[in-house]
Amino acid sequence: MSRTPGDLVATPGQTIGPFYGYALPYDGDSALVPPGHPDAIRLHGRVLDGAGNPVPDALLEIWQADPAGRVPREPGSLHRDGFTFTGWGRCGTDNAGHYSFTTLRPGPTKAGAAPFVAVTLFARGLLNRLFTRTYLPGDTDDTRAALAADPLLSSVDASRRGTLVAVPDEHGFAFDIRLQGEDETVFLAHPQH
Amino acid sequence: MNDNRASSDAAAPSQAEVSEEIRQIAKAYERDALPERDGEETQPRLDYPPYRSSVLRHPTKDPHHADPEGIELWAPVFGHQDVDALEADLTIQHRGEPVGERMVVTGRVLDGDGRPVRHQLVEIWQANAGGRYIHKRDQHPAAIDPNFTGVGRCLTDAEGTYSFTTIKPGPYPWKNHRNAWRPAHIHFSLFGDEFTQRMVTQMYFPGDPLFALDPIYQAITDQRARERLVATYDHDVTRPEWSTGYRWDIVLTGAHRTPMEEEVEA
Repeated sequence: MSRTPGDLVATPGQTIGPFYGYALPYDGDSALVPPGHPDAIRLHGRVLDGAGNPVPDALLEIWQADPAGRVPREPGSLHRDGFTFTGWGRCGTDNAGHYSFTTLRPGPTKAGAAPFVAVTLFARGLLNRLFTRTYLPGDTDDTRAALAADPLLSSVDASRRGTLVAVPDEHGFAFDIRLQGEDETVFLAHPQH
Repeated sequence: MNDNRASSDAAAPSQAEVSEEIRQIAKAYERDALPERDGEETQPRLDYPPYRSSVLRHPTKDPHHADPEGIELWAPVFGHQDVDALEADLTIQHRGEPVGERMVVTGRVLDGDGRPVRHQLVEIWQANAGGRYIHKRDQHPAAIDPNFTGVGRCLTDAEGTYSFTTIKPGPYPWKNHRNAWRPAHIHFSLFGDEFTQRMVTQMYFPGDPLFALDPIYQAITDQRARERLVATYDHDVTRPEWSTGYRWDIVLTGAHRTPMEEEVEA
């Protein structure tokens, strides 16, 4: 889908600063489904700076399809009713730079596609938001094939591809974000968008 | 002044040193601007050493160009169950009137073609009139206003218009360097019609004497781009015997129309 960017120039971003903590987080922000949901998974990890130190003042947002691959079109993320899957959540990092979402495994939005969760990262010291994806690998041949054939992953240098793929663990997946350094996460720009 | 304070002040760079760094970067930008650069830098640099906290927190590799697909072509939906209409008035969240200059800030959220971003979430947060945030890490010894929290939300209307009633925030000190002060600002969090339009920024006030000294504002190296963050005083927004008024429009990246828009609107 190619579009020409519009005529107006985009307003610049700015850092989220140190004091978003009393404004943006809210009760239930990181629980896209209640923790007791039978299909709940945990998607968690750490945000690390260029020295490998945890970033305790970062904020992540995730946006994802439901398990059937449908894009949620329901409101209610800010006041969750416990039943509606809105596909969107927000989580600030703790003192150890750790974040944790409770969510459902996204399905492929079209047949044969590799499912991923879209991630936005904000932090004090980060002058504009960053976008990335976390792919959630499956354990069937089909899902492995989808991951291997994914156009974005294939376009990333093999040595850095792993930074976009979550690691299965006991309750779901771990996904660390490295802002800088040898294993720097691949961040995405969308020039036509 | 105790010894700790003295030694940490001595270690911190002065405003003059930071201003010189800002000046050198601005000079290099102007020098390189012509003729090979096609247009201005419209967004802040992520690598901007005068803002000390950015040094270890900016990616060093170029972003990977991607075509948005699937979920990225959509944005989350927010509705009236998410946001109460009263949340747009930051002056009525407590029993009394907050201290400071009551003001209305309003404007439109647009895409790159000038189309309104309709029924979408706008969140703001800010310091009080004395420059103090209701945040446990804000140690600035200015008064906390028991009648002002400084957090608001609203949904844009069918024209993409948002509107908040609040108090003009004060400037406040921070520890980037010795005697560092932020220009007065309101933080804005915005969603578009696509995931790729998500942004957080800061709105400033016209003529702030701290602009030239502030490494966060100056991280946008192009003056015309920086000025897009400055609201305009608008006497038509000012209300008699009640509040002053500011107008600030926000343009999100790109030009988008979600496939369902007509049906949703119908």
